Amino acid sequence: MSTEKKSNDKDDVLLEMKGLRIEGQAEEEWQEIVKGLDLVLHRGEVLGLIGESGAGKSTIGLAAMAFARPGCRITGGSIVFDGIDLMAASESTRRRLRGVRIAYVAQSAAAAFNPAHRLIDQFTETPVQHGIKNRSEAEADAKDLYGRLLLPDPDNIGYRYPHQVSGGQLQRAMTAMAMACQPDLIIFDEPTTALDVTTQIEVLATIRDIVDQFNTAAIYITHDLAVVAQMADRIMVLRYGELVEEADTRTMMSHPTADYTKTLWAVRSFRKTSPNIDPQPLVRVDHVTAAYGNVEVLHDISFEIRSGGTVAVVGESGSGKSTAARVITGLLPPKEGRILFRDQELPGDYRKRTKDQLRHAQMIYQMPDTAVNPRQRIRDIIGRPLGFYLGLQGKERDRRIRDLLEMIELDPDQFIERYPAELSGGQKQRICIARALAAEPDFIICDEVTSALDQVVAEEILKLLDRLQRELHLGYMFITHDLATVRAIADEVVVMFQGEIVEHGPKHEIFTPPHHEYTELLLSSVPEMDPDWLDHVLEERKEKGIMGSVSDS
Amino acid sequence: MNQPVSKTAQTADAAPPPTPRVRGWRLAWRELRKAPWTAKIGLFLIFCYVFIAIFAPVLTPYGESQVVGQEFEPWGSQYLLGTDALGRDMLTRLLYGARNTIGIAFVTTCFAFLIGGTCGILASVLGGWIDQILSRVIDILMAIPQLIFALLLLTIFAIYIPVIIVIIAVLDSTRVFRLARAVTLNVAVMDFVEAARLRGERIGWIAIREVLPNITAPLVAEFGLRFCFVFLTIAALSFLGLGIQPPTADWGSMVRDNATLITYEDITPLLPAAAIALLTVSVNFVVDWFLHKTSGLRDEH
Repeated sequence: MSTEKKSNDKDDVLLEMKGLRIEGQAEEEWQEIVKGLDLVLHRGEVLGLIGESGAGKSTIGLAAMAFARPGCRITGGSIVFDGIDLMAASESTRRRLRGVRIAYVAQSAAAAFNPAHRLIDQFTETPVQHGIKNRSEAEADAKDLYGRLLLPDPDNIGYRYPHQVSGGQLQRAMTAMAMACQPDLIIFDEPTTALDVTTQIEVLATIRDIVDQFNTAAIYITHDLAVVAQMADRIMVLRYGELVEEADTRTMMSHPTADYTKTLWAVRSFRKTSPNIDPQPLVRVDHVTAAYGNVEVLHDISFEIRSGGTVAVVGESGSGKSTAARVITGLLPPKEGRILFRDQELPGDYRKRTKDQLRHAQMIYQMPDTAVNPRQRIRDIIGRPLGFYLGLQGKERDRRIRDLLEMIELDPDQFIERYPAELSGGQKQRICIARALAAEPDFIICDEVTSALDQVVAEEILKLLDRLQRELHLGYMFITHDLATVRAIADEVVVMFQGEIVEHGPKHEIFTPPHHEYTELLLSSVPEMDPDWLDHVLEERKEKGIMGSVSDS
Repeated sequence: MNQPVSKTAQTADAAPPPTPRVRGWRLAWRELRKAPWTAKIGLFLIFCYVFIAIFAPVLTPYGESQVVGQEFEPWGSQYLLGTDALGRDMLTRLLYGARNTIGIAFVTTCFAFLIGGTCGILASVLGGWIDQILSRVIDILMAIPQLIFALLLLTIFAIYIPVIIVIIAVLDSTRVFRLARAVTLNVAVMDFVEAARLRGERIGWIAIREVLPNITAPLVAEFGLRFCFVFLTIAALSFLGLGIQPPTADWGSMVRDNATLITYEDITPLLPAAAIALLTVSVNFVVDWFLHKTSGLRDEH
């Protein structure tokens, strides 16, 4: 997959887009979302498309199949695939290409598979439908590909239904499905974004291998720079539907020229300033065991959160980190153990807590879209805790809302009357922060607050949270699966795995060896910007014999 | 606006432009102009029905139950649509029928929504055994065919208009309950509802301020449909003689009273039925438009 190898077939152009223009419909008006883009892809080459949300990456990816999502339309430019002018071709010609010569791997495999059919039935559908293979040939093919993609029990896994395999396996099954007709081009649209890091690394490795084995060309769409550095031969950076910069992966990683690219590259550089942490614990989680029904999801958890300090709780999905937050807030009363706030025990059920106890612990959610009521104005969203807890009314309340908006760096005059739909994701998350601050809490639980945001925006939110911590002397519990976020903001780290704390200590200790086995796996799975990172990690793991992720077993 | 730009966060993600602040009547007018022709026709016809219902006494020279001529007189200049079995003016009865049938159906539907909507929202916000009890009671009510159940209850209780209203409202509230409960469930799992719970809000605030504004669209659409069903139920009951009692004019009983005329190839008894059909179609046109608009909004999320 090195760039040198690909350079010898440079003349062999597979896909060429010229002056591509796509419009999208918003509020019954058409707006241009791709503004005259040129793109050339050679046979066997992997092209990385990166940019933040709204940059038009996915739209361009779909346009490679001459497909526009409902509410979008291709208005100009040419799309030539292997000598066929797709813009001029009939819909039936295009349909014959899709799935056969151009395949698509979607971000969420769980949503892209039909839950009512077995994996192998969905695999064989395209080749059989197009008359390329008969059913038994296609099934044999599927088993072969499942094996190559390192799925467990390749001969039988296809007879399972989508819900019977894990997320990482499903994503690989989808990649296998895309390979079913041995296409010339595969479009990967954020194929690993929904996966845990430890699973992501395997999907990345298998995708790279398979693309290499079949010499398939690919367009790899992602917002994660470290991932694209592993996968792509060449990278195009997009913003607002326009090309910012295009270069060889290595050149791009080492010498970005455009300012925008440089800010993207620098995005993970934020580190919090030296904290001023109280020695007394603010919140103590004391030997907590919790269960949903009969399924125990937390086993004897203990840690402490101090004013002015941040405890990052790290782990992959299902590790119990969000459950820990639910126990602290009282949504899930613990089976055993207690939660102490300033050395006073809190009732396990939030309904039994006093208004003041509720006020002290606030929460910021992962998805800012669902965390604010779309039918309330910003004024009401932030104003409610002020009135509810502090009894502020009228002018006094209005003044405080404006103070809070300024504190979260949004202009009060501009935002106070808006509805959430009129805000961007990052702005909505700021509103959630303001709502939490309105209660004048001592302690805030941040549940994956940056994972739904673009990296540049996420960094701004982290900086804001850090500033507020210093100014208001808040204690944070920061739930995340992203170790880059941990590096940026944590003072203490709690590593969780299958409902237990496997490692716990100050940040510098966790990040310096020796690690617990699971921490090691977690740390080594986080993609780095170095284009050779994946090769190194895979080699190391092969030596140690720890290929095969814990979560996927 | 007049603050320095640097004070506002330089968020890299683009915020959707704030929609121009058109509210109230101007917004309604703008939406109306963009409405499809079916919705416009529907709205126009509904408006006509309401107009007739309100101004019935002004629109006709005769009284509601006044006997003005011979039985079954043909259409003519004095009695535009002839007279009925007792010699009352057919047109007058039709106009008054609009008032009675639509009025009673409207009040009944409002009651059905008050009962079903409140119980449905509470059941899913509270959950647990309250939800279980309410849902099972509703299941039992729904297990018995609605019209037969209504007939049964009406023969037990006396046939007064308030009794009819209460019985149909209760029976129809079961459908409203199911819808309200289902759409509330979708909203009640959202983080902003959890945030309100954790804030310590009372159940009333959560139901009215957090949940209700987010489910009004499906409820309003259901209101239109439910109104049609209630309307048809009342007409059916009247046709069977257990609905609105004579001499009060009502479209359902008018069909029955004059049914014999059909054997003489006279279409007059079908006119009240046509009035019912036309109103039902109009309401459905409007509901379709409304549903399309609100589901279109949902796509954006």
